[in-house]
Amino acid sequence: MLTFLASVGAAFFAFLAATGRLVRFALLGLAAAFAPPFYPRLILRQIVAIGYYSLPVVGLTAIFTGMVLALQSYTGFARFNAESAVATVVVLSVTRELGPVIAGLMVAGRVGAAMAAEIGTMRVTDQIDALTTLSTDPFRYLVLPRLLAGLITLPLLVVVADIIGVFGGYIVGTYKLGFNAASYLTQTETYLERMDVISGLVKAGVFGFIVALMGCYHGYHSRGGAEGVGNATTHAVVSASILILLSNYLLTTAFFGSK
Amino acid sequence: MSDGAVPKIAVHGLEKSFGPKRVLDGLDIDCGVRESLVIIGGSGTGKSVLIKCILGLLHPEAGSIRIDGVETVGMPRGERTRLMQKFGMLFQGSALFDSLLVWENVAFGLIQGRGMERAKAREIALTKLAAVGLGAEVGELRPAELSGGMQKRVALARAIAAEPEIIFFDEPTTGLDPIMADVINDLIIKCVRELGATAVSITHDMVSARKIADRIAMLHRGKIVWSGPAEDVDDSGNPFVDQFVHGRAEGPIQMEVRAL
Repeated sequence: MLTFLASVGAAFFAFLAATGRLVRFALLGLAAAFAPPFYPRLILRQIVAIGYYSLPVVGLTAIFTGMVLALQSYTGFARFNAESAVATVVVLSVTRELGPVIAGLMVAGRVGAAMAAEIGTMRVTDQIDALTTLSTDPFRYLVLPRLLAGLITLPLLVVVADIIGVFGGYIVGTYKLGFNAASYLTQTETYLERMDVISGLVKAGVFGFIVALMGCYHGYHSRGGAEGVGNATTHAVVSASILILLSNYLLTTAFFGSK
Repeated sequence: MSDGAVPKIAVHGLEKSFGPKRVLDGLDIDCGVRESLVIIGGSGTGKSVLIKCILGLLHPEAGSIRIDGVETVGMPRGERTRLMQKFGMLFQGSALFDSLLVWENVAFGLIQGRGMERAKAREIALTKLAAVGLGAEVGELRPAELSGGMQKRVALARAIAAEPEIIFFDEPTTGLDPIMADVINDLIIKCVRELGATAVSITHDMVSARKIADRIAMLHRGKIVWSGPAEDVDDSGNPFVDQFVHGRAEGPIQMEVRAL
């Protein structure tokens, strides 16, 4: 029994220590934003890497999600003659939840892994130490541009995902389920509130920050050559995905928990 | 090093452990202005750890590291970044930035560290590449397109690009054929002399050590066990140095090798 309690206690303290290291890492990264030199070109490059190159994967997942959502809600609502709610369900689900979460998870898989692999390789080949010896702060040069790019870019991607996702629902609704196009659009517009979109975009900003933070953190602390970089990549994707789902619940509670 | 002068680098009582393994155990060593100090020792004796502590890449648990008489242990990040402008470093694996062109690697410290304009930094980078025997056309290649010897030369050009006061060489000839190793040794001597820099090298290549050192120090079990002029290394009278220089398995240095 004592052994069990000791192992639980040790795991708890290890969790606290890891959380502390992660928070310290994030603060060091953000603190770099308040003093020069700044690297706008690097931020722009990361925005392109995260945003532009993620458009196809986010767009594809969004359109299929919207299409499936329309089909499934129709199937469910048809059981109690509420088919007319399909458009509303699609737009609310996509803007509030599915747009940000699916885009966040896709970007975690594509970009978070790439960040961890790139920074991890730099770590195990001494390139990060080389940065330091060349009077360049790795947090300013490597971490901050990625954190800011994640924070800025994911909301932009989610705007695109929202539009494409709703469009996917519209296609299925009008061409497969037989809804009138004008009434589908009216339903979509009538029940969509500003807060639905804003909450999704705030979530996207948080998810983008999480993806970049996990990619940078695990890459920066990778050890032991190719195996270490592989582990860092896996940890970056898994931890970002879990944190996205956890923070999604917390943010949803914060935005809509009282309603 | 002349008596009474402030050493360029003064390390005293340095201690560094990784878990239960004590790598540096109260290490003391000084390096004079414009001196070329070579630290020899077996693999895993803490040579790289010592250099990383001096550079501030690792934080020692105890001890003092003074550069030009100024204490650097516990120095704030901003001051440390400024101090880094005194240093140049050639890493064992070259550590070139594979996302950048060769000339951008060489000019990196000038552009990012000192805010120099790219055109001017490129001009200096090409001059430094020429100083290590590489043409301007190499500057437009990626590091992955170069051989190991060329990468070492680019890394040397990067280390000297900002004309540092102190240059560290971590195993500069490891992995190179003897001819290329000799080319690198000659370049190190030439660059260090031309810059008037202080050089600290770590190696277990005795040919390289004899060639580039003014003074050689031997590190064993976290301490300097011998230090003296390079010409005395073959006749040091120190059993550790004798065993290492002659590459004998028998002697006071016992390698931790498990029986087959």
